[in-house]
Amino acid sequence: MAVKVVRRPELTFWEKLYLPQIFCGMKITSRHFFKNLFLHIAHLFGRLQHIPAAATIQYPEELRPLMSRYRSRHRLTRRDDGSPRCVGCMLCETVCPARCITIVPDEHPDPDVEKFPVRFDIDLGMCVYCGYCVEVCPEDAIRMDTGILDLAAYSREAMQLDIHELLDPELRKPVAACDLEFPHQCSVHGGEMKGGWEGTAVTPSS
Amino acid sequence: MPDVIIDGQEVSVPRGTTVIQAAEQLGIFIPRYCYHPGLSTAGNCRICLVEVEKNPKLQVACNLPVTDGMVVHTRGEAAEDGRRAVLEFLLANHPLDCPVCDQSGECDLQNFYMKFGLYDPRFHEHKVKKKKAVQLGPHVMLDQERCILCSRCVRFTEEITETGELGIFNRGDRAELAIYPGGVLDNPYSTNVVDICPVGALTERESRFKVRVWYLSSAPTVCNGCSRGCNMDMHFVLDRPHLNDGRRVVRVKPRHNPDVNQWWLCDAGRYGLGWIDEGRLGEVRERGATSTWDAALAAIARAMQESDRSRVGVIASAQLTCEELFLIREIFDGARVSAAVPEEPGACDDFLVESDKNPNTQGARLLGMAGPVIGDTTGGLGGSADVPDGQAIAQAARSGELDVLWVFGHDLVELFGAESAHEIAQNVGLLVFSGTNENATVELAQWVVPTAAYLEKDGTFVNCEGRVQRIGRVFAPPAGVREDWSVLLELAERSGRPRDSHEPRTIFAALAAAEAAFAGLTYESIGTLGAPVAGSAARVMSKAEPTP
Repeated sequence: MAVKVVRRPELTFWEKLYLPQIFCGMKITSRHFFKNLFLHIAHLFGRLQHIPAAATIQYPEELRPLMSRYRSRHRLTRRDDGSPRCVGCMLCETVCPARCITIVPDEHPDPDVEKFPVRFDIDLGMCVYCGYCVEVCPEDAIRMDTGILDLAAYSREAMQLDIHELLDPELRKPVAACDLEFPHQCSVHGGEMKGGWEGTAVTPSS
Repeated sequence: MPDVIIDGQEVSVPRGTTVIQAAEQLGIFIPRYCYHPGLSTAGNCRICLVEVEKNPKLQVACNLPVTDGMVVHTRGEAAEDGRRAVLEFLLANHPLDCPVCDQSGECDLQNFYMKFGLYDPRFHEHKVKKKKAVQLGPHVMLDQERCILCSRCVRFTEEITETGELGIFNRGDRAELAIYPGGVLDNPYSTNVVDICPVGALTERESRFKVRVWYLSSAPTVCNGCSRGCNMDMHFVLDRPHLNDGRRVVRVKPRHNPDVNQWWLCDAGRYGLGWIDEGRLGEVRERGATSTWDAALAAIARAMQESDRSRVGVIASAQLTCEELFLIREIFDGARVSAAVPEEPGACDDFLVESDKNPNTQGARLLGMAGPVIGDTTGGLGGSADVPDGQAIAQAARSGELDVLWVFGHDLVELFGAESAHEIAQNVGLLVFSGTNENATVELAQWVVPTAAYLEKDGTFVNCEGRVQRIGRVFAPPAGVREDWSVLLELAERSGRPRDSHEPRTIFAALAAAEAAFAGLTYESIGTLGAPVAGSAARVMSKAEPTP
């Protein structure tokens, strides 16, 4: 394979002098500053509104408006009784190009539902935000409409969302308590199965 | 012999052959739901419609005997229009719950709909509700809504198992598959109805919802549950350990072999593989403490060289492959070697299940490592009567006549009782156990070496009819576990008797050269369906002939 040699550009005499370049930079900065100052004052008096001025958004106190189809952090939608809409068909796990979804299904007591997820994890450290999981879901059980963009974490484990965080987007790790009532493999309780279908809205048909 | 032209190709078939069978001979696949080559013809699903020249209406290929000069078109607009109408009818009351259906991905309704389907449905009425998730028996679950009433399962229970548990009840769109009142689908071959079900109506309870079918890998192998050696396809998953509770083997499907098991498999063989992923030995142990392969083989080789050959005993196993038994016989030449141990005969029937629960007893006999069975029915393949049996070797070990005793996979406590097993362990200089799973002998043995399960190694078994069948290698053994043949080859090297072979294929070549019964056989000539050994009367079973 041919190698293309890219030379580092040599500094000219004027550039090597340093100070003239500083003045050049200051000139550009001041031009923008005074231009925006003038335009913002003009906008205050209702003038020159067809010319936009630079705006600053005070993130994270203030958020930029997101497009309605923007793909942000995932969530699992719920039925009326609070259990996940997911039927454990594993189509999202299958279609996921990053293989960041882990589902373990089990038999649902209601034969019309067939199955449900006892485990549903998404590893955000691996997710590529392609949105295929949302597109493929036959039950509208997973959506990427939480508007959550700040996904930073101190560890890889904290990037792995389990069913608690996916059902309740407000939750952040560490999840202190588990209030989910359907059976699931609960990370709060050390991976044990927790919850049951008894007493919930689901009644096995005779 | 009528001559018939199917899709422009001419074929000459015996009288009475149906169009679907004649087409199969030409390699032309005609869609089918109710037709199964192992069952009688029902002709009720109507998906196999073909166009026959000079015939005003479409005909069902499965129930139409060929006549001389018949010209059949299996493709073309007329036939496909007919199939589209049939599919529309079959799907009228089908729930279309493919995402949660376990058959999805290997479903003939899906497959044929992709080909001939009516993509713009016209059915706006309410679907008939029927029962879902009905437990038919210990292994089979029924979803009546998904059933297309092809009656394959009904015919299976009537013709193959002759138990007749299943039936189709009611009429019209209320017709449903069900079990006769008070019955349970628990015959020894019950899970075959799941295999022949073309849709998701019958599913296996064991593997239900464990793994989606498109995650499965498949490899051909042979059942080790009894000496019949039924051919089967092993379905397993390696790259998604969160599924199936981390077990690799997901399910077993029978593989068609006309001379051994046809299309069928017994439930005992199908569900007898749990040991492959549970309770496995994972590391070499010396008196309970973790050790290395190097140390183990060095110690065993030293003990073998130091002791007199006649004071070395090997209780081999009919669970080992022919290649491994051959290596044992050659390496332990002069020692007391036997693959025959006193075992209670298990259950058997007149179809597939044999009472000898070892897959390779016949191979051990051919290699002179097991004696003939009483009442030998195998057509003169019995071994010589002067072979020592495992009991004699155990007796010698117990009375202190042996310096080295190597036990392959057997549990001495189970075979000879706890007292005898402890005495053997005390009176033998070096007790070596090699095997796959934990058992009581593991605690008694000085050296424990973990070896591969039969799915994890290549080799051959000889079934009760004298048919050599290759078991293939489905997946790799777990870390730290080695195949028996590779352990034996290294031991041969270390004890100063190196072999020329380095893999099962070349070991088998050496075996074929040394043993007259295997003469001329190679892995290529065995193929996927096996080949009879010389002198065997490997019979062709007649039970599957469809009853008229």
